[in-house]
Amino acid sequence: MSRPGRDEDPDRLYTVTGGRSRSGTGADTFDLVTLVVSESAPTPGMQSELASILRICRSPTAVVELASDLGLPVSVVRILLGDLLADGRITARHPRTSDVADALPDPDILKQVLVGLRNL
Amino acid sequence: MDSATSEATRDTEGTTAHGTAPATRPPLHSSAANGLKIVIVGGFGVGKTTMVRSVSDIRPLNTEETMTRAGEGVDDLSGVRGKTTTTIAFDFGRISLNDRTVLYLFGAPGQERFWFLWDRLFSGTLGAVVLVDTRRLEDSWYAIDRLEAHGTPFIVARNDFGGPRHTTEQVREALDLPADIPLVDCDARSRESSRDVLIALVHHLYALSTESTESTTHHAPETSS
Repeated sequence: MSRPGRDEDPDRLYTVTGGRSRSGTGADTFDLVTLVVSESAPTPGMQSELASILRICRSPTAVVELASDLGLPVSVVRILLGDLLADGRITARHPRTSDVADALPDPDILKQVLVGLRNL
Repeated sequence: MDSATSEATRDTEGTTAHGTAPATRPPLHSSAANGLKIVIVGGFGVGKTTMVRSVSDIRPLNTEETMTRAGEGVDDLSGVRGKTTTTIAFDFGRISLNDRTVLYLFGAPGQERFWFLWDRLFSGTLGAVVLVDTRRLEDSWYAIDRLEAHGTPFIVARNDFGGPRHTTEQVREALDLPADIPLVDCDARSRESSRDVLIALVHHLYALSTESTESTTHHAPETSS
């Protein structure tokens, strides 16, 4: 048995994702700022990282916040989220900046941002 | 006798910092649905994290991304299984703009290896602020170059470190900054000043956005040196 790794230990990352370094279907759609919401409570015996995600995401939480909370690289978190999404345990609220990918942001969204910033 | 037969009592080993950060972070509104990104790029010590902290609703958090590239033409002096792992750490904070919209601010290092991860991390970003220190303008040349290459709209903000003053024209010239890219002064320690930098960026984006709906020229003209 390998020792439980800490921090940057690649073995830990390997274990967390069940040896996958690449995401299955769906995981690539998780942006850094996709907001994740739990749809179910952790179950007994569930992998601790998955249980942590379900607990943290009782309120909407961005992918990057999860990565920070779990101390895992963003890419690893994306893989875990892909699993949870496939099982229907989470829902994902993806960012919308414009109707067209890679286009400039929608003026209406920019107006919202301006109003919000001015209220700071 | 009292052997471990009852409920699964987890010992604390290996749980590291799980769950500690969320407790200190106010939860987002339950209707929060749209996360937006703005990236603050700059050299070491230029004040990226200071600026994020100044305007963020939360204490800045830190995370990292790794990318492993197998046997490409990258320098492979170590010869470790022909793989190169790039790890980039970055800070971030957030501002709840309204009940639905949350703006995330990322402080990102501008060094060369970071740009391998730009598309993976920051595609879809609204825009970028290049934070510069006039004592080390050359630190931002590469970042400006890469942002232009990626087609990411940006403005430049000069963080006031109290050094000798240069005119805007001098800074523009030193950065080889096109006239249509705004250059603003700021004090990254100030909430108002940092907020104004973000507002200047969004104004710039707004101008670009409304411009581009009028003329559908997608590609910037190629300027070969």
